[in-house]
Amino acid sequence: MSKKLFENNLSTVMVLLTILTMVGSTPVFARTEIQNKGSDTLVNVAQAWAEEYGKRHADVAVAVSGGGSGTGIASMINGTVDIANSSRKMKKKEMSLAKKKGQDPLEHIVGYDALAVYTHSDNPTLSMSISQLASIYGRNDTLKSWGDLGLKIPGCQSDEIVVVSRQNNSGTYAYFKKAVLGKGKYRMGTLDMHGSKDVVDLVENTPCAIGYSGLAYATEHVKLVCIRNGNDDSCVNPSVKTASDKTYPIARPLFMYTNGQPTGQIKRYLDWILSDEGQCILSRKGYAPIKKISCSE
Amino acid sequence: MDAVEVHRHSFQRNRDWYIDQFVQHLVFLAGISAIVLIIGIFFFITKEGMAFLFGDVSMSEVFGSMFWEPSDEDAPDYGILALIAGTASVSGLAMIVAIPFSLGAAIFIAEFSSGTTREWLKVLIELLAAIPSVVWGFIGLSILNPLIIDLFDVPVGLNVLNAGLILGLMAAPIMTSIAEDALKAVPDRYREAAEAMGATRWQITFRVVLPAAKNGLLGAVLLGVGRGFGETMAVLMATGHSVNIPGSVFDSVRALTATIAAELGETARGSEHYGALFAIGIFLFVITFVINLSADLIVRGVKES
Repeated sequence: MSKKLFENNLSTVMVLLTILTMVGSTPVFARTEIQNKGSDTLVNVAQAWAEEYGKRHADVAVAVSGGGSGTGIASMINGTVDIANSSRKMKKKEMSLAKKKGQDPLEHIVGYDALAVYTHSDNPTLSMSISQLASIYGRNDTLKSWGDLGLKIPGCQSDEIVVVSRQNNSGTYAYFKKAVLGKGKYRMGTLDMHGSKDVVDLVENTPCAIGYSGLAYATEHVKLVCIRNGNDDSCVNPSVKTASDKTYPIARPLFMYTNGQPTGQIKRYLDWILSDEGQCILSRKGYAPIKKISCSE
Repeated sequence: MDAVEVHRHSFQRNRDWYIDQFVQHLVFLAGISAIVLIIGIFFFITKEGMAFLFGDVSMSEVFGSMFWEPSDEDAPDYGILALIAGTASVSGLAMIVAIPFSLGAAIFIAEFSSGTTREWLKVLIELLAAIPSVVWGFIGLSILNPLIIDLFDVPVGLNVLNAGLILGLMAAPIMTSIAEDALKAVPDRYREAAEAMGATRWQITFRVVLPAAKNGLLGAVLLGVGRGFGETMAVLMATGHSVNIPGSVFDSVRALTATIAAELGETARGSEHYGALFAIGIFLFVITFVINLSADLIVRGVKES
């Protein structure tokens, strides 16, 4: 009896769905769908943009997904997205591969992000220099324990530094490597997390850990390390302001790539993102805008 | 009249003949589809990986280097030594966990239990084998991880121990049912003869049945190893995903399969990184093929003798 009921409901749902699809696909209500994919750092703000834009323009739907900058760029090369988000520049190799496949990726800077270094809330570290970070993350890793830094972390019996990194297609991974290790490479045995939030979550629960992620992923349960450029410089805290005025040493531009000069709906969407309105949304999410803006609130 | 009769008769035969032919070919196609598919998959993987195998990166670097950093712009590293160490350490520990469990269970089911107990146990073991690997991975992530941190006072609980335990529990049910089949294949007259000579049940099991079934048991263990090498999702979730040569069971590692799963969707088709992942695929394919084939041959040898 209940099975019968379920089947009846199911068929009703199917009929409704069919009607809805038919209504949705009639030319009067034609909606342009913009495929937007990539950077995990950008995914939150990209979603906020898509939502706000959808409210203003009923004829455009922006479908946003994350997965990492590498995912976005790979999709751009394979020609399956309209806009690829990336927290790193496209590599020369990727550019030539895209050209070979008939794509012509064009770069747009849509904001700036402070790359914050996170530690556990019980970690007494206040500041670190870029060269200290390099000794922790680099292949000639000379700093292996918190004791080497002269620190004792409560709750971290083994004293070993648990180094948290990102999967190797991440733009954050690539930028951190360039900014901190220069020409060097990462050491072995880093824990490679699959998302910006996973890094912060792991650091939050692991007293021995250190990790890096976009500032927008900061929570009150983790500490942000103040970064010194040289060993003797005074340290700068990561914030929207220090990322804007470029005083924070590891801030990076955030990119959107389109296939050639954008036209039509994609151009209108991109222009809106770069307008005061779009940039205010970005700044509210914890990223630095590309220009001086005045936002309501 | 006669001619018409003959004509109709032959017409009917003709139609039946076509149906017969059609069905015959259909069944033949279905029969060889598995072979065609497996060869197709093998060719696809080889085609995608070939460019890398015969490309600029030397094989001595791939199998000799511990560093896996394929996304580096200037000098990417394609060393899979650490990944092999990861897969081997996890599978090794899994076998240490699974062999006593599964052989013990198989011996109990085949030799010591009877009636409803045996049926119940068999059903439960089948059920255990039906748990999806992502659920095992979730158990590793959310139950074993904090447990290992608390028990052993280590900073991170996603490591060889965690993945090895999970994989061991995953492989055990399959190994149990194959080992049980092997024990069942030992003819009853062996047991009866031993009993007639006054042997106890333990003596029968350990001195008669186990030696007689040893090839089948070895096949069961090998199939378990093959499962360990090929398992992806649970290993991806429970190892900590860290390119590393483990010094202890508390070190995080990364498996070959997990690397493909995590990176393949995110590389551009035709790039060097893409080819490298397919080369890992070829390597895995060859290893599991050899393991499964030898397991199959060993088990078959038992059945024939």
